[in-house]
Parts: sequence; C-alpha cells; structure tokens
Amino acid sequence: MIAVRGLAKRFGYRWVLRNLDLDVAPGEIVALLGPNGAGKTTLLRILAALAKPSLGQVSVAGARLPDEARSARAQLGFVAHQPMLYADLSAADNLRFFARLYGLDGGRVWELLETVGLAGLDRQPVRSFSRGMQQRLSIARALLHRPRVLLLDEAHSSLDQEAAARLDGLLAELAAEGCAILLASHDLARASMLASRIAVLTDGHIAAEIPRADFTDDLAGRYQAAVEAARA
Amino acid sequence: MPSYWSAVRAVLWKDLAVEWRSRQLLAAMLAFAVLVILIFNFSLELDAVARRTVAAGVLWSTFALAGTLGLNRSFVLEREGGALDGLLLAPVDRSAVFFGKLLANLLFLLILAIFTLPLYALLYNVNVFIPGPLLVTGLGMLGYVAAGTLLAAMASAARTRDLLLPMLLFPLVIPVLITAVRASSGFLSGLEMQYIWPSLNVLIAYDLIMLATAYMVFDFVVEE
Amino acid sequence: MKANPMQAEKPRLLRVLEWLTVISLAVALYLTFFYAPREAVMGEVQRVFYFHVASGWLGMMAFIIAAVAGIAYLSRRDMRWDVLAVACVEIGIIYAFINTASGSIWARPAWNTWWTWDPRLVTSTIMILVYIAYLMLRQGLEDPEQRARFGAVYSLVAAVTVPLTYFSIRIWRTLHPVVIGSGSPTAEGGFDMTSRMLVAFLFALLTFTFLGVTLIWQRYRLGQLNQHVEQLRAEVQD
Repeated sequence: MIAVRGLAKRFGYRWVLRNLDLDVAPGEIVALLGPNGAGKTTLLRILAALAKPSLGQVSVAGARLPDEARSARAQLGFVAHQPMLYADLSAADNLRFFARLYGLDGGRVWELLETVGLAGLDRQPVRSFSRGMQQRLSIARALLHRPRVLLLDEAHSSLDQEAAARLDGLLAELAAEGCAILLASHDLARASMLASRIAVLTDGHIAAEIPRADFTDDLAGRYQAAVEAARA
Repeated sequence: MPSYWSAVRAVLWKDLAVEWRSRQLLAAMLAFAVLVILIFNFSLELDAVARRTVAAGVLWSTFALAGTLGLNRSFVLEREGGALDGLLLAPVDRSAVFFGKLLANLLFLLILAIFTLPLYALLYNVNVFIPGPLLVTGLGMLGYVAAGTLLAAMASAARTRDLLLPMLLFPLVIPVLITAVRASSGFLSGLEMQYIWPSLNVLIAYDLIMLATAYMVFDFVVEE
Repeated sequence: MKANPMQAEKPRLLRVLEWLTVISLAVALYLTFFYAPREAVMGEVQRVFYFHVASGWLGMMAFIIAAVAGIAYLSRRDMRWDVLAVACVEIGIIYAFINTASGSIWARPAWNTWWTWDPRLVTSTIMILVYIAYLMLRQGLEDPEQRARFGAVYSLVAAVTVPLTYFSIRIWRTLHPVVIGSGSPTAEGGFDMTSRMLVAFLFALLTFTFLGVTLIWQRYRLGQLNQHVEQLRAEVQD
C-alpha cells in the first residue's frame, strides 16, 4: 500500500530526509518513531501528497507520487498536527464540506460523528471545541472516504484516556478491514500495543525496523540503541 | 471523485458558510467603504461639476481599498488551523479550489457594490444604475479578484501577509482601475461607444489573460 | 549544488567583460560629451538622452531575463535560475530608476516639467514598484524554495500585466487634455539624429549591454556564493 524507495527531501539547503525506504502492507499498522526533528512530519506530508519528494520513488495506494497524486489522494486519509478544520463552521458543516470534496453524500457524516463521539455536538462551531474534540473531528474528516491508507501524525496527543482507547480500537478495526496504517508517535508503549512493526526514523532515514516478534520487555532499550547507533 | 464544477461549488459554499457564521468580513468591508467615500468627499471638496468627473475614480478607489480586506481574509482563514492542507488533500484539481475562492471573493465584492452604489449615487448625485456602468463594475471586479485571489494566496504564506497584499496587488491591477474608471465615467457622461470600446477591450483582455495565467500558475503557489 | 572550488575564482570571460565595460564606458562618455554635436534646440541637456535610453534598455533587458529565468525555474527547479532572477531584478530596478530620473532631468527643460503622465513614464514607474513588491514578497518568505517559486510566479504575472498597463494608460492619456507633449515623448522635444548622434547612441546601447551583463553576472556570482554559505551553514547545523 505504501512503498518508498530511496526517498530524499530537501528544504532549501537542508536535506531533511535521505535515502529512506519504507513499506506498509494492507492491514498492517506501522508505528513511526523517532526523535523530534527526525523528519516524521515531512515523511507523512510527502506520503499525503502535500509535499513533493526531491528524489526517490514513492507510491501510495498503487499511485506513484507526485505524478498520480490525485488518485492517491482519493484513497488516503491524513490526521495531521493541525486540525485542518474551519473554526467558524460547525462540526457537521466541516464534515459535509469535506465529504463534498470527495464526491460523497451527507450520510457518511452522521455515521462518523457517531464513531468519534461528537454526535450531540454537531451544530457547535469548531471554535468552541477543546483541542481533543477538534482532534476527534479531524480523525472523522480523515476517515470520510473510507481510505485504504491512513496516515496519523501523533493523533493520540491531545485525546483523553477514553478517546485514545477508542481511537486504538478504531485503528485495529480499520487494519482488520485491510487499511494500511502509518502512525507517527512518541509513545513507545502505545506503539508496541498497536503496531505490527516499529520503524525508527533518525537523521532522515529509517535506521531500524523492529518487528512485533521482537517487542520484548526492553523495547525502550532497543529503540534507544537504534537511535544511538544511527547517530554514531 | 467529485466533478470539477461540484468542487468549485463546494469551496464557494464553504466560504459563504464561513462568512454567514462569523459575519465579520462584509460588515467590515461595508463600513470601510462608507468611510472611504466620506473621506474622499471631504478631502476633495467637490462641487457639482467635479463630482461628475471624479465620481468613477472615487468609486473604484473605494472598491480597490475595501477589496483588499476581503482578499486578505480569504486566505488567512485557510492558513488558520492548516485548513488549506485539508483542501489540498482532497482529490480535486487545485484550480477548482482557486476558482471556488475567486467566486466567493467576487460575490463579496458584488455584495459590497450592491450596498455602496446607492449610497454613492445619493452622495454624488449620479445615476449609476444603467447597464453600462454595471457591466463595467462586473468586469472590473472579475479582473480585480482574479489577480487578487492569486496574490492573496501568496501573501498569506509570508510573515508580513496583511501588509504585503496591497503592495503586491495594486501595481498589477492598475489596468483594471484605469480602464474601469474611464469606461464608467464615459458611460456616465454619455460618451459615444467608440470612445468607450478601447477601455472595455483592455478590461476584457485583462480579465481573460489574468484568469488564464492564474489557472496555470495556482498549482505552483500551493505546492510544497 | 555541490561545493565547487572553482566557484570562488572569477571566470576569465567575466574579467574580460569587466575591462570591456570600463573601456567602453570611457569611450561612451567621450562620444556623449565631445563627439556628438550639441543639439540645436535643446542644447546640452539633450546629451542626457544617450545614457537615459541606454539605462532604460538595460533595465528592460534585466526584467525580461528575470521573467524568463522565472519560467525556467518553474520548469527546471534549479535554484541557479532563481539566483539569476534576483540578480536581474535588483540590477533592473536600479537602471529603471536611473532611466526615470535622467528622463526627469531632461523633461524639465524640454517639457517644462519634472513629471508628466505619459504612458511610458507611468508604465516604467509602475514597473519599478512591481519589482520592489517582488523583493518585499521574497523578504517575507522563509523557505528558499518557496521564495523562488513565488518570485517566479509573481514576475510571470507582472510580465503579462505590464503591457496592459501601458495600453490602458495610453487610452487614458489620449482622451485627456494634452498639456505637454503628445502621446509620445518624442513629439515635443523630439529631434532628428545626425549620424554622429546615432553613433554615440548606438555605442551607449552597446556599452550598457556590456555593463548590464557584467553587473548581473557579478550579482549572480554573489548570490551563488551566498547560497554556498547557506548550504555550508546548514551542513554545520546538521
């Protein structure tokens, strides 16, 4: 579903990513871990066709980027750092608008408001929402068109316990349906619980991949060792 | 995937819905336009004859100045909370986003005209409700928002966005301002069409060229 | 762009151009002040004409190259085109300004005013404003790649509006009362060029072409070295 070969990205004079390889198969949840500034967000933005790769091959949902970006976009969902919502519009109007951009009718909107637990608040403007509620709506927005590839950038960060657990369940469900999920995170415990594999991104490339079989008690130590090794 | 036109309509509908909910922009533009008209009136000390000759100039200066408020807001609200990324994630042509925003901006300016023209007709004692000046108003505003929407998209990405837009926009819309003023004052003073056509032609050419250019380059403005 | 040890060294062609420019500037000055005859009607002030037109030509040339470099950048995504575009815009602004100022000096005795709303005058002034706006736009942007992209788009849009600006002002002017001069500045204060004047004029054009290429090249090299420094700084930070 996601296949990245030799990806490099330059911002101005800095190479943020270099020679990066990564695969995510359908039904797989891959956790992307790495220190701040390692390039996690940049990688996700490239996979979401929001940024163009400087070098390398990137394919998402069978579409080559950036050339076939439009067909990739139709099949990918992205939950970013920012909510990507209109603060003045109500929750339902936000979703209705994005549904129209994906060529969907309104029925899906109510279904998703239900899913993320905002059904009673659909008429409230997003401005009045807490950060966590905005995040939930943002997740609903990303799932409107039943994406086959889901990209999440620290999606759990502002959610409360209950909502975070709900998201965990949702992701497991989506993966079971065959969705490929790439989850950028700082939370090693959550990653080890959800993911079938952990990809360690340091210094602009994937320094190590830890399969589920190797999720031992000392996962934190292994992760740290991978980061250190890449730095050395 | 949605059709091109339905994506344009969705973006237009969204901008109108945002304005309907927040009700910030139109009120500000209107109040600003009235202030500009009043300031011109006092600063120019107009007598009856002078009014007729400078009327069109005052009108278009008002539109140009008040218009920047709307154009600025148009993309500032897209940058807020990363909403623009949300738009760009959708499987629609980027130019559909551009034309949706353009239509919304045009509509705001036309609404502004609907409110200011009567006031202006009253204060300056000229009847602008004849087909000629109205046509010129529409054509001029189209050219203005075509350039303005494109430049506002760029200005909104800069640190100095609010300050930057007038600097970027005004030198490039001078053809619109000059020809619109000339054509409408031509209509108002009852000139024959042969004297008005040259202005109209340049105005129409500007609209077409600017729409085509913006259509071609908007992708470059929103890519990363 | 990788580190290139040769980059710090001045290309030989550029050295040649520098000398060519200096020599031809001296010759052009001689031609302007001594070789070309004193114009019968306007007198000495007419001598402004040679450098006035030549600097206008240099400014135009620079702006046109800037627009072409912008298009090249958008299709190739090579930062060198952007460096060239900025070099051209900066040099272009300076010479467009010299053009306007020297025109003004000439207009005072010829038209009896420093300024008139002539289409060429207004258009060239607006063009200076457009390119000042271009520099301001770039200044507000952090990301060099975005700066290059927006700069290219803006100069492209500017390039399509400038001719329309000229036409619209011409329409506006022709229907306006004519105070001084008619549609074109040569109408009043116009003169027939003698063959000596023509020689001085053509040589001034040639000189300013050399001057323009030299200056743009120098500014381009400065821009490249600047980029190199930025790059090294980024590497050190990594």
